[in-house]
Amino acid sequence: MEYKKRIRVLIAKPGLDGHDRGAKVIALALRDAGMEVLYSGLHQSIDQIIATAVQESVDVIGLSVMTGAHLSICTRLMQTLHDKKLSDIFVVVGGVIPQNDISKLQKIGVKGVFPGGTRFEVIVDSIRALF
Amino acid sequence: MGVAKYIKNQADGVEKVIYQSGIEVKPSYGPKDLEAIGFDYDEDLGDPGQYPFTRSIHPLGYRSRAWTTRQYTGFGTPQDTNERFKYMIANGQNGLNVAFDLPTQMGYDSDSPQSEGEVGRVGMAVDSLRDFEIAFKDIQFDRIGSGLTINAVASIMLAMYQATAEKYGYSKETISATPQNDILKEMIGRGAWIFPVEPSVRLVCDTIEYSVKELPRCNPVSICGYHIRESGATPSQEVGFAFEIAKTYIDNLVGRGLSPDDFVGRFSFNLNVFGNLWEQIAKFRAARKLWARLLKEEYGVTNRKNQFLRGLFGGGGSGLTKEQPENNIIRGAYYGLAAALSGAQTTALCSFDEAFTIPTPRAALLSLRTLEILMEEVGLRDTVDPLAGSYFIETITKEMEDKIKEEMLRVQKTGGMTKAISSGYIQREVAMQAYDFEKSLQNGEIIKVGVNKYAEGDQPDVELHEYDDSWVNTQISRLKELRRTRDNREVNRSLKSLQKTAKSGNNVMPDLVDCCRAYATVGEMTAVFRDVFGEWDEPCLL
Repeated sequence: MEYKKRIRVLIAKPGLDGHDRGAKVIALALRDAGMEVLYSGLHQSIDQIIATAVQESVDVIGLSVMTGAHLSICTRLMQTLHDKKLSDIFVVVGGVIPQNDISKLQKIGVKGVFPGGTRFEVIVDSIRALF
Repeated sequence: MGVAKYIKNQADGVEKVIYQSGIEVKPSYGPKDLEAIGFDYDEDLGDPGQYPFTRSIHPLGYRSRAWTTRQYTGFGTPQDTNERFKYMIANGQNGLNVAFDLPTQMGYDSDSPQSEGEVGRVGMAVDSLRDFEIAFKDIQFDRIGSGLTINAVASIMLAMYQATAEKYGYSKETISATPQNDILKEMIGRGAWIFPVEPSVRLVCDTIEYSVKELPRCNPVSICGYHIRESGATPSQEVGFAFEIAKTYIDNLVGRGLSPDDFVGRFSFNLNVFGNLWEQIAKFRAARKLWARLLKEEYGVTNRKNQFLRGLFGGGGSGLTKEQPENNIIRGAYYGLAAALSGAQTTALCSFDEAFTIPTPRAALLSLRTLEILMEEVGLRDTVDPLAGSYFIETITKEMEDKIKEEMLRVQKTGGMTKAISSGYIQREVAMQAYDFEKSLQNGEIIKVGVNKYAEGDQPDVELHEYDDSWVNTQISRLKELRRTRDNREVNRSLKSLQKTAKSGNNVMPDLVDCCRAYATVGEMTAVFRDVFGEWDEPCLL
């Protein structure tokens, strides 16, 4: 296979929302696809997510956002990663995301946007394609 | 989502049908099937309104009274919510079902750093009694019942509801509130928990104990299989886990010296309607029977009315799809039909745009009309439990009963619901189900119209409920003004008293009512609990 590296992913639930079905399902799917997956658990702040990502040396942070707050959360996460010189960690996001917001998220540097219902192989392939 | 697995032959004939709970359906049913399960009318059904209430808790079903419709409402500021409440009531809705924003659900004030970006987003923002005074202005507390969809801080919201009603001249004996108040299901799905398992259960039971003594018309807990199902559980797990949760609360209250007959009549259930139509109907009929039996046989509940499984059967949120959203209007109608054929006492339907966001007024009204059409036009009020006696329905009702019992037994074997949650057993079970379901959907074993079959290319955009940032400023400036103008000495006194009670183990409700009257904020009251109880450490999933 062309992927030599075992990709490490942190699936994270930022903020107060507790709808974690999607986060858990994708964590299990990425694990079955051969990635090393950590799940942050609920109610994580941006700083907590970044601290875990650094501590666990993950390659990718996968955010799950169901409340519609994806733009503000991703903007803050991308800014903080940039400020801390951690821009080598890729960010992808899934959840309840209207079509109109996908390009906005890509513009701020989010590498993959996966609205609810995206097929597992699309997500897996997009993440692998980053490496 | 959630329908059965269909295994087909090459000619597109259905070879095998397996429901999510594991029941395999035969091509046809007859008298022999009833014989095989040992069906006995009196034992298994009883007449409507008769133990074990499989057919209905009322002898006349919808003939005596149509169901109560209770669409989930509430967003933004309390003024907006108040307008929406009045709109729904003016359009025939007879109960409110209040949505709170996440900061309120998690016990943070609107100006807390944790609240940033979430104030008023998925429900109404509530910081203090002042907000409730606005939201419930001109609502007749003695005529309109309110479901308060909140859990970790349900005790605070019930206290606030009482304080608001009293402020408007209604005595606490006349008000009817149903706080959701089921924290254990939050720990399985939905995730709006704050405190560790034990103090969380204590707060739920404080609320129940207080209601039994002080609020005769309130139903202080609504046990939610609903969200467990939304998180991925099968229909039999939904009911089995909900019953084990209910038992946890009952045991706590019995430990306080209360008799189950004093309080179980106040329990209500919130159960889901999406999925296979027949499996849902069997689920509700089996659930009514099992609940009555459980109360009678395990808890010695003798009062007939206390053996009723009451509740809201509705929603269907995870049955909705983002793809071809108008299809959700049709799905909603069938979910409503499932609820009606199951004898739902109270109902609500998710609106067709809810796969995206909280519903627009037009979409919410359409859901309400769907429910009204079922009752007024289609004939669902004609006769009670119209499917009774069907070879098929009676057979699978009995099979569903066994499946639910199996799930309950599994929980009992781990040491009961609090242990099953603390260890993460239930959460892992449910997550695995959700994963399996998603895989079945992606590989086509389960069909979802417009998603993995009959899909179209471009999706039409739906009209979305916009989130408006200006609400936040309105809310925060009112909160700041409140902190300046209220009697802060009285606030501090009431909060100190609350802290003392929280530590002592006595019932916190009277102190909470006191704090609310003094205009202490939700954040301040919750901070007292956070300090005394700590926060829950979620068990690992992977």
